[in-house]
Amino acid sequence: MAASVALLLRRAGFGPTSAELSDAIGRGYSATVSELTTPTARDPGAQSTPLPNLGIDPYNDLPNPTKEQRAAADVKRGADTEALHRWWLDRVTVANRQAVEKLVFFWHGHWATSIRKFGSPQWMLAQHQKIRESADFGAMARKMVTDPALVYWLDGQLNSKDAPNENLGRELLELFMLGIGNYTESDVKAAGRALTGWRVDLGVPQTAIFFRDSHDAAEKTVLGVTSKFTATSLVDFLATQPACPRFIASRLWFRYASAEVPIPPVTQDRMIAAFPFPNLMLKALFTDEAFQATAGHLVKQPIEWFVGALRQLGIRPAGFSSTVLQEMLFGLRSLGQMPFAPPSVGGWPSGAAWLTPATAQVRFALAARLAEMARPPKLTVEGLADTLAVDTWTDRTYAALKGVSEPRRMMTLGLVSPEYLVT
Amino acid sequence: MDIYTRRKFLLASGVAGAGALAVGGGGLLLSELLGTASSTPESSKKLVIVTLYGGNDGLSMVVPYADAAYQSARPGLAYAPEQVLHLDDSYGLNPKLPGLKRLWDSKRLAIVQAVGYPKPDRSHFRSMDIWQTASPDKPIGRGWVGHWLDATNAPVEAAVSFEPVLPPLLAGETRSGACVSMGGLKLPSWVGLNDLEPLGKRALESGLQAQAANAIADLIRADRMVRQASLVTPSEGPDDLPPLPAVGTGGETTLAGQLTNVIHCIEAGVPTRVYSVSLGGFDTHAAERVGQERLFKQLDESLTPFVERLAKTAAGQHTTVLVYSEFGRRVAGNAAEGTDHGAAGPVLVLGPQVAGGLYGQPPSLTDLDDGDLRATTDFRDVIGTLLSSVLEADPARFLNGYPHKQLPLL
Repeated sequence: MAASVALLLRRAGFGPTSAELSDAIGRGYSATVSELTTPTARDPGAQSTPLPNLGIDPYNDLPNPTKEQRAAADVKRGADTEALHRWWLDRVTVANRQAVEKLVFFWHGHWATSIRKFGSPQWMLAQHQKIRESADFGAMARKMVTDPALVYWLDGQLNSKDAPNENLGRELLELFMLGIGNYTESDVKAAGRALTGWRVDLGVPQTAIFFRDSHDAAEKTVLGVTSKFTATSLVDFLATQPACPRFIASRLWFRYASAEVPIPPVTQDRMIAAFPFPNLMLKALFTDEAFQATAGHLVKQPIEWFVGALRQLGIRPAGFSSTVLQEMLFGLRSLGQMPFAPPSVGGWPSGAAWLTPATAQVRFALAARLAEMARPPKLTVEGLADTLAVDTWTDRTYAALKGVSEPRRMMTLGLVSPEYLVT
Repeated sequence: MDIYTRRKFLLASGVAGAGALAVGGGGLLLSELLGTASSTPESSKKLVIVTLYGGNDGLSMVVPYADAAYQSARPGLAYAPEQVLHLDDSYGLNPKLPGLKRLWDSKRLAIVQAVGYPKPDRSHFRSMDIWQTASPDKPIGRGWVGHWLDATNAPVEAAVSFEPVLPPLLAGETRSGACVSMGGLKLPSWVGLNDLEPLGKRALESGLQAQAANAIADLIRADRMVRQASLVTPSEGPDDLPPLPAVGTGGETTLAGQLTNVIHCIEAGVPTRVYSVSLGGFDTHAAERVGQERLFKQLDESLTPFVERLAKTAAGQHTTVLVYSEFGRRVAGNAAEGTDHGAAGPVLVLGPQVAGGLYGQPPSLTDLDDGDLRATTDFRDVIGTLLSSVLEADPARFLNGYPHKQLPLL
């Protein structure tokens, strides 16, 4: 029972503290699942970390900036981007309703948009807000298809009736809504035409702007259905395709259960029945017996590992100096997972891809920095397992930790141990 | 000159006191220091794989400048005949590739034209997966180098990547290459890499946990090997070695930085057979000319001194470089002065052993497959040629049954 609740909390959030875990064990498994997946209760941690107000992008209304204007705008953007990173890392660390934050992070990886292409943290924050405020997947897809950050990331602003650019249309089918194998090349072209006519403005992060003249209003045939598809009617149509809930269920399984073991059909059907509500799809997953069978089959993503460590060591990013924050972000970038900057539209890798000698090296240095900041008290080997919500140590790790008297070194080794990395 | 003479090293100035390296005084065999020497000297042939992520526009790299169809398909993007670096009466290199032109002139650059595979896939991920696994028909879980590592039961140092995340190319089912990132955060004084070593031991645990422990053991081993390689310089060879590529800010994650690590390892006699390095950003849907020229400049300035230096050292003589991307781009430019995802593209093979020149049937710019170039050479013929000539392996075993045609490049 303790181990199954611990697995649930490790998967549903970023990493439970010892107090959170013992509370949840007290309430029991099914009560904990209900609480995690009914995200309506008060969240004092989230309330204490409201979304930052970044103001207007400094490049707005600067079509031909001078060298000086450009330099000043870059400084402001750098500061705004740092504020966004600091806020988000702090929010996910202190939020009490961890499952809400973890699901937002999941969707960020799903609609994988990188700030590196356009540089505007205002756009990134606006996209983040849309993900957060969407009641269900259909509503989210409708907001995302005209989100300036996503549109620009996939060249949608260049997609016009006279010169179609199919990038956004292709990824909408392949990576966001249906999955590879569920459409043809001609569907890609038709979807691209349905998405024509949207342009973006740095001063309007809320939505892309529709230009009727560059929209292809003619009929298009998508998946055998002919209609005068627009951006909205296209995503609404795609959300009704059987491939869509099947695909979303498999993506949730991939990140919450196992990236190695395929989703069992029975589990998938139970999750599909709860579509388009992601929290209810997760409830179906967490209460399915296949979920507990995936123990030991998921590797923590670097951000999950890092934020879990911050929570368990009691470190708040809000208190980081700019230098320390940049150092931590450099660490995450070196691990291959920079928040708001996935490597490609395919999102971040998974599983054994995080278990390379290269990531082991960076993780070690980052763990040592965290241990130095936390200045942990002297712990027993069992006490360390309790702090880090690790079920048990193997004989190897137990022996490795037993001989260590320096508490910071012991904490560092705990954080990089295979038992802590794999859940 | 036998393999052992070639692997003798002088200590670099200033590191004479550096522990194990001082043992034996003047000349030392690095492989002995590292405990990786074997009684049968392994082959000195090495392969360096350069992946250009994002879909490199081959028509802007190897420009068919004399073809009227090229000029008319790409207004605003096409290069004029006088701008390109002429290879012959039909083709020229991009003006930002003067170093590669020099390698061409010295017959060290082979260009295989219109390389691709049947039924081209225009997804970055799927197409890169196809190239890295050599399996166009169905997805398989291991890269072609990983497959070779599996089959030869290779140690971790047989294949090394200097990228932060291991590319699928080097992942096998039972073996994988090492990922060694040389840049990064400094450790505090109260902890060292040696403290990590006990966590790399075997234990009774799940497969992924065991992989996490292996990664630690491999880190310790590969880190020692590569760090020591960077402390030694070759004892022989001309004094006028071309300088190593400059490492800009961003350290070893730049292509130049990655190739500098590779040359250190090669010259130090590290027994690695395959190196993987990469350069990203080739997804030029808009304003392609500026972006791609910047990338070509980086490629040229990193790759040229690397290949020139290989040619001048004994250790580098048998190293071959492969440069490829997941696909080329559509023949017609789009309205944003960029290009969309396409199909076939050129592959470069460079090195002291390479017979320079153009290979493969040139692509037609008028007989297109849905707007894209048709492949005239299957990419598995290039990979098979390298498997056979550089890795001295039977290509049929690693190409999932594909019967490859050997190209006379090497």
